[in-house]
Amino acid sequence: MHAKLVATGVSKTFHRKRMPGAAPTAKAVDGVTISVAPGDFTAIVGESGSGKSTMARIMLGLIEPDHDGGTVTYDGIPLSEMNRAQSMKFRSSVQCVLQDPSAALNPRKSVRQVLAEVVKLHGIATTKADIEAKVHEALSIVDLTPTATYADRYPHQLSGGQRQRVLIARAVILNPAIIIADEAVSALDVSVKASILNLLGRLRRELNIGYLFITHDLPVVQKVADYVYVMKNGQVVEEAAKDELFANPKTTYTRELLAAAPLPDPKLARDWIRSTTPQTEAIGTALVD
Amino acid sequence: MTSNENSSAQPEPLIDVTDLSVTLPTGQRQFVRAVKSVSLKVYPGERVGIVGESGSGKSVTVRAISGLLPESPLVEVGGSIRFRGRELVGASARDWQDIRSKRIGMIFQDPMSYLNPTMTIGRQVREALQRGRSEDRSMDAAMRVMELAGLSSAADLIGQYPFQLSGGMRQRVLIAIALAKSPELIVADEPTTALDATIQRRVLRSLDDSVTRLGTSLLLITHDLAVVAGLCDRVYVMFRGEIVESGTAEQIYYNPQHDYTKDLLRSVRSFTDDSEELYVSEYARD
Repeated sequence: MHAKLVATGVSKTFHRKRMPGAAPTAKAVDGVTISVAPGDFTAIVGESGSGKSTMARIMLGLIEPDHDGGTVTYDGIPLSEMNRAQSMKFRSSVQCVLQDPSAALNPRKSVRQVLAEVVKLHGIATTKADIEAKVHEALSIVDLTPTATYADRYPHQLSGGQRQRVLIARAVILNPAIIIADEAVSALDVSVKASILNLLGRLRRELNIGYLFITHDLPVVQKVADYVYVMKNGQVVEEAAKDELFANPKTTYTRELLAAAPLPDPKLARDWIRSTTPQTEAIGTALVD
Repeated sequence: MTSNENSSAQPEPLIDVTDLSVTLPTGQRQFVRAVKSVSLKVYPGERVGIVGESGSGKSVTVRAISGLLPESPLVEVGGSIRFRGRELVGASARDWQDIRSKRIGMIFQDPMSYLNPTMTIGRQVREALQRGRSEDRSMDAAMRVMELAGLSSAADLIGQYPFQLSGGMRQRVLIAIALAKSPELIVADEPTTALDATIQRRVLRSLDDSVTRLGTSLLLITHDLAVVAGLCDRVYVMFRGEIVESGTAEQIYYNPQHDYTKDLLRSVRSFTDDSEELYVSEYARD
């Protein structure tokens, strides 16, 4: 499959307020190259401070890379050189689903209003009847049925998993090629997590949506991803097809990450805990992470 | 109702909860029975886990056990909670203060809401120590509990503030504070949920080591079946405010009896087996 969204040699430096003992700048992302194709499940794994969320925001066009810090292209056009029409197309084709759905939904808007707003903004439908039809279509795609019931609900009347489905509906309603999901299932209970991941898998099969899936949850990656980038301290330290990475990790860091995935079995889990060192991270690295 | 009947064979439980129910207000004149008729025991030196998904009532149960439910006429606690035979339901604020300051150490998910941002780590750990030590001796004692909690560079840390530490180190500071009172019970509510996996494993190891060395009882609350499996001798499974099953970790994982437990394990295992689809529990509320 042809890559549609490509980041090439992207770097991003954040400038901090002056603080005693801290460096004035922090390079959150340093020369990262990542590509995402429709229909593919691409994952970025890494721990806090690895730069994976910064990468997500850069690829969504929410923040720009450094002045000489590489480019992000969509359909071969750099985001920084897009005209208005191209930019509008990019913003509807690349959607995001974030970790905390209650922060991403306006508590004063019903599900219908949330979805209708996006439809109107992107000019997908104009008449009231068409907009309503779109809303119901999106809700039924994400299994929030009967759609009439859910359209009238407000965020506080939904469970965490249902809110996440509303966000997925809000992305899908624009018929995107790619969805960037930043820790989209991390806060969910295991069976809800499973049902959301099954939904994402179905959308990929039926609508050929490609995902850039950002997570620290390795069992999830092992289950769903096709291709994996491992990030640490702002850089991609290893990338490979999923099966290759799990069978044959090349760097010590990846091996450590894979070993850190917990196992739901008393004997294995006890060994898992007792076979690590209880020592703290060295104080130098602790201040960065 | 007294514990005369189990005098010889079984030791007296440290915590003996019988028929606990908690009703909480959810809105104007609306209430929810968050905990329904829960009975559980923790024996001295035992590690007990309560596992359940969000809304199962596990956190409310341990809040009741640690006396941390809001004091309000709208919050109704029924049944009995005994700590070494002493009834805690309806106990005075002073009794609770005594229990919490000396008998129970607590570790929460978010250390930043527990630590004082304007106090050094050393001072916060020393505050938790029993009084009556000289300045030098209390500093030594603070460093000892910090090392016990897996903070190998305790001497460098005592002068630092919480914001200067990583999440994993903050969580260990909480463990150190909990250990500092030499409590009989440590209550840990999702102690490693917010941590990265590599750090999670080391913090669990620290917790495992320190309760083993001190012989402290542990009551661990988590949604993570792997964490409970690795750390606990005995497990209670909670679902919609009730305990649906209890047993040794091996019984629960290798031979679950209740359909909810079976479903939950099947869902968790579907992440690591080679099935095409993930298994969604019949009990999932979504």
